[in-house]
Amino acid sequence: MAKIKPRVKVPKKAKAGEAVTIKTLISHPMESGQRKDRKTGELIPRKIINKFVAKYNGTDVFWMDMEPAIAANPYVEFSVKLSESGTIRFEWTDDDGSVYDIEKKITVA
Amino acid sequence: MQMTRRDLFALAAGLAAVGLIRMPAHASEEATMAAVKEYAGGMPETGGVEIGAPEIAENGNTVPIEVSADGATEIMILAAGNPNPGVGTFHFTEMSAESRASTRIRLAGTQDIVAVAKMADGSTKMARREVKVTIGGCGG
Repeated sequence: MAKIKPRVKVPKKAKAGEAVTIKTLISHPMESGQRKDRKTGELIPRKIINKFVAKYNGTDVFWMDMEPAIAANPYVEFSVKLSESGTIRFEWTDDDGSVYDIEKKITVA
Repeated sequence: MQMTRRDLFALAAGLAAVGLIRMPAHASEEATMAAVKEYAGGMPETGGVEIGAPEIAENGNTVPIEVSADGATEIMILAAGNPNPGVGTFHFTEMSAESRASTRIRLAGTQDIVAVAKMADGSTKMARREVKVTIGGCGG
């Protein structure tokens, strides 16, 4: 299976109190559990990312519960407003319990 | 009516013959509304939620959608014509610049998307919007 790789678009600098748009993408098949194997006819077991969280300096700022109806390579876009510089951390939780993460620093002036 | 295995095969064969068999089972409108009521704790009032989605999606495997509702702490998205109505729920906090988020979803076919917002004051609001799908998602 392809390597699961998160990609995020976060500005390096932001103005205090102003909206900052965050775009996130992670490569993941999001196997819905509805598809059948073409050869054997058996259902392919469900394996999706079921939770996505964004934390800023350790505080949850946005999160999302995901069902199998989220498209493969889940894309999420949202916005935050920040008052201090810090680190934004993104975590994706897989059905098998794996957590994929990435961090970015933002300087707030 | 008791459904035997034989009946099921006969039915499946019949449906396949007329080219109707595509998805295992679609969530009904009732299942969707039941999910809405369970989530909202009653029937939400209509309006106050915006759903941004293409009128016609060529590929149901990845349909971009955006939801927003001023003052919402959570927005749940449902797809009334998918095998399961649930799609996902966005959670907003005090650090959210606005209660707006986008993602990409799977749609099994032409159907209504329903968005239910929970407001900071405890009230709930909902909206629905039809999306026409040319090619269904869910690997049908």
